Amino acid sequence: MSTLKTTRRVAVGLVAAAAATFSLQAQAESHAMDMAGKTVEWIIPFSETGGSAKWANFYAPLLSEALPGQPTVVVKFMPGAGSTKGANFFQDQQFEDGTTIFGSSGSTQFPFLLGDPRVKYDYADWNVVLASGTGGVAYLPPELAAQMDGMDASALQDVDFIYGNQGATRLDLVPTLAWEMLGLNVESVMGIKGRGDGRLMFERGEANIDYQTSSSYLSGVTPLVEAGTAVPMMTWGALDDDGNIVRDPTFPDIPTFKEVCEATEGCETSGEKWDAWKAFFIAGFPAQKMVFLPNGASDAAIATFTDAFEAIKARPDFVEISENRLGKYPQMTGPAAQKALESGTSVSPEAKEFVVNWLQEKYGVSLN
Amino acid sequence: MDVIMEALPALGSAWGLILQPVVLGYLVLGVLMGLCIGVFPGLGGIAGLSLLLPFMFGMDPILGLALMVGMVAVVPTSDTFASVLMGIPGSSASQATVLDGFPMAKKGQAARALSAAFASSLFGGLVGASFLTVFILVARPIVLEFRTPELLMITIFGLSMVGILAGRIAIKGVVAAGLGMLVGTIGEGASSGDLRMSSYDFPYLTDGLKLVIVGLGIFAIPEIISLLRQDRAISAEPQIGGGWLEGVKDWFDNIWLSVRCSIIGVIVGVIPGLGGSVVDWIAYGHAVQTTRDKSNFGKGEVRGVIGPESSNNAKEGGGLVPTLLFGIPGSGSMAIFIGAIALLGSGQIEVGPAMLKNNLDITYSIVWLLALANVVGTIICIAASGGIAKLTTIRFALLAPFLFMIISFAAFQSGQNLMDLAALLGIGFLGIMMRRFDWSRPAFLIGFVLSNPAETYANQALQIAQSRFRKGVGEGIDYIFTPIVIILLVITVISVVVGLRQAKNILAEGDVKSGSKRAPFVFLLIITGYIAYAFYDAASIPAFSRDRDFPMFVAGVSLLGCLALIVRMMLKPETDTIFADRELVGEDADATHGLWPTLAWFAALLGLTALLGFILALGLFLFSFMKLRARISAVYALVYTGFGIAFMSTMAWLLNRDFPPGLLQEYTQLPWPFN
Repeated sequence: MSTLKTTRRVAVGLVAAAAATFSLQAQAESHAMDMAGKTVEWIIPFSETGGSAKWANFYAPLLSEALPGQPTVVVKFMPGAGSTKGANFFQDQQFEDGTTIFGSSGSTQFPFLLGDPRVKYDYADWNVVLASGTGGVAYLPPELAAQMDGMDASALQDVDFIYGNQGATRLDLVPTLAWEMLGLNVESVMGIKGRGDGRLMFERGEANIDYQTSSSYLSGVTPLVEAGTAVPMMTWGALDDDGNIVRDPTFPDIPTFKEVCEATEGCETSGEKWDAWKAFFIAGFPAQKMVFLPNGASDAAIATFTDAFEAIKARPDFVEISENRLGKYPQMTGPAAQKALESGTSVSPEAKEFVVNWLQEKYGVSLN
Repeated sequence: MDVIMEALPALGSAWGLILQPVVLGYLVLGVLMGLCIGVFPGLGGIAGLSLLLPFMFGMDPILGLALMVGMVAVVPTSDTFASVLMGIPGSSASQATVLDGFPMAKKGQAARALSAAFASSLFGGLVGASFLTVFILVARPIVLEFRTPELLMITIFGLSMVGILAGRIAIKGVVAAGLGMLVGTIGEGASSGDLRMSSYDFPYLTDGLKLVIVGLGIFAIPEIISLLRQDRAISAEPQIGGGWLEGVKDWFDNIWLSVRCSIIGVIVGVIPGLGGSVVDWIAYGHAVQTTRDKSNFGKGEVRGVIGPESSNNAKEGGGLVPTLLFGIPGSGSMAIFIGAIALLGSGQIEVGPAMLKNNLDITYSIVWLLALANVVGTIICIAASGGIAKLTTIRFALLAPFLFMIISFAAFQSGQNLMDLAALLGIGFLGIMMRRFDWSRPAFLIGFVLSNPAETYANQALQIAQSRFRKGVGEGIDYIFTPIVIILLVITVISVVVGLRQAKNILAEGDVKSGSKRAPFVFLLIITGYIAYAFYDAASIPAFSRDRDFPMFVAGVSLLGCLALIVRMMLKPETDTIFADRELVGEDADATHGLWPTLAWFAALLGLTALLGFILALGLFLFSFMKLRARISAVYALVYTGFGIAFMSTMAWLLNRDFPPGLLQEYTQLPWPFN
């Protein structure tokens, strides 16, 4: 990969390039970049088929409209090595004119937090301009859900559960750790290619516990709930401004894991296990997807992109068009995004150590 | 009855939606774009749909669907051009077509092969759509009956096709398939992420090798190199025999084969998780088994084209079931399709379990747009096939560099890494050697394609079965031995027994003469060495990880096969078929150019790319090849080079793709496309 990467359409003619550079300098002083005629490449470290692709494809045309000069915004997929390949590539990019941006996900954050040997990137070097949250819902077959006594899940502790797991170190560690804290005996069947496959396994009656992120739950599981073949168990919750876990605004009627845990004997909402769960929940869900400018981005560029995302959020139709695709979650910019970044990319050494040991004991996964 | 009462009005309103001039216009536009992209090997629907995505936002749903469906539908039709004319498998849907389609082209029957293929595609698409119209109403509960043991059994059934394609010595075919499976296990295991035959110090292999690279390497490169060495045109006849009418007539004569293969295509396509990778092989196997005179397979039997081509378009229709009813994409392009649907209109179409209830008319529109796109695409393709088939009469030295350019570009798109090109060359070399020593390349490819599902489903089925058995023996037995599994098991056993008996007649690699002992023996030892090392490598993964079991099992079985082959080689005289070697007698032996100088040209393109980046390397390569090897004048060579680069750049610019950079690009900043 070349380290110096310009947009190709700028390069079509030297004149255009010179003009662009000139206008960049001229505009930098007035704190807004004119990006007319440029192409913004939005690197997504996953394949065309995942949730991040959906998210980026939703934002890309809106971003194109909202940036000054209406540049073309193209989503560039760079999958590999569990998203660390794309992230490592982005780490090598130097800021030039704001035409390279990066979309990270929980699956990029987790290897970073766990000290995966493949990680050569550092979130501290990057500049966040948007943070999108999401949530997750766990659900059960009706006959098992009926065994729960209100929010008390103790009756489920004798059941042999099977769960289709995408990988021990992926986002799936949040649900599996939560279930373990409830004292549930969940056996993970590995090798699931996406959460959709996990839901299919549940529908076929092979798995008897599952979870989906909010948007997938709305499209894939709500119809099952209506048909009476699935019953929601709990959400992971959402964060309020003070960092407390509260009910998920998209699913206000479903209790959170915190509530279920409090009602279930043997499950504690304090202590190192809870702290570790909460830390990884925050990294995986409320700050799941973020947009970054590379190392060394100018203040003007950060301001330009922040303004653009704010303009998107301010669209009169934003609530309507985003609800189906992203769920009712905060789309954070500016200081809020910065805060989300900090909480999403830092866990205490204790929480990290706990999860690393837990992965080693439970799955034999060694991260050293 | 209720269901049908609901379905009929929905079907009516679907046709009402489709049959608007503007919708048909978008459909034709999509078809044309799909055809242009589909002729490129390795790009296919994903590239095309990604191109359309930015326009989908807020677009009128039916127009957007027409555009996208038109594009997706014709990719398995148009990739037939590359498979038949050049022996390049354009996508996983057309691998089996290469086996007989390309030999037909070599015999000068390209137009006939193409039109037979297109007629079959069209018919398959229509059968698929008709079947789906009814089936989609009852599909959900049926699809849910296919649990992991059933999926594993279908995978094993697909693998049993190796029996038919094993070649003259069955064990060689089995070892080839085993080798393919082992190559498929390279990289991170699906279960706990343990590495097989790779290391984090050399990250390229940790993601495994991509199908595009293996398919192009194993089929396309050996054929291109072989033709290039003989310095002739693809077609041995100067005149193209057999016009397009003859191909259509061939299809009509085999219409029942086409019907059966279409049904196979829809049914396998419907099952989520397997999709396209096995379907053409199963259809090919079926075509072989139902043909009385099997002696022509592998040498240009038209039934070998009709079977897979009928199934692969039908499969696209079947693939809509998991995509629309479950929200689970059957392929990469279907995944983008799902994403794009969410962008249409105000996002009111939500694929998944509610699709039938809320959007039955849209569902039917998609099914029949697909069928209609097939009709339009096929007519265009048949009309074009006569002209395009003339490519096979051009001197191959003029085509080859262009093909190298395209397959290098395609290979690079799979991982955007220079190593993609090195892997292509490496697998290509393996393909050349397998072809030379008469090891079944189709068997290798089937093994590679099915390696992943076989491993994943085997591990999962085993784990779930263990859990069921813990609850009770009866529950475990009920889980594994369902009626579907038993039926598939019986079919598989019959197919293997019958297949092995017939395999001697089906020469997927043509008739290869035997000669000296040394070269075939050395090749066998190298293969044995790799397999033994793979076994050792898997065995060194900690014992609690499931990632070691499958490679160890496959390598163990293959090693036994290798051992049997070694013993046989030691006992038999050098005239035995086991010592088949193409370099001794036949086309390759009489070739004008040697293997190494010809391969060196391709290696040079790779080496230059590593130094100068793809476009500059390509310029040098095209010019010097034309001047020195094809021996045309400098002016023509210059024109050729200019055209090639302009073409490549336009393609990449339109699809927004990068070129492989080299060392030069590390140190300097060059304008596009040289960067």
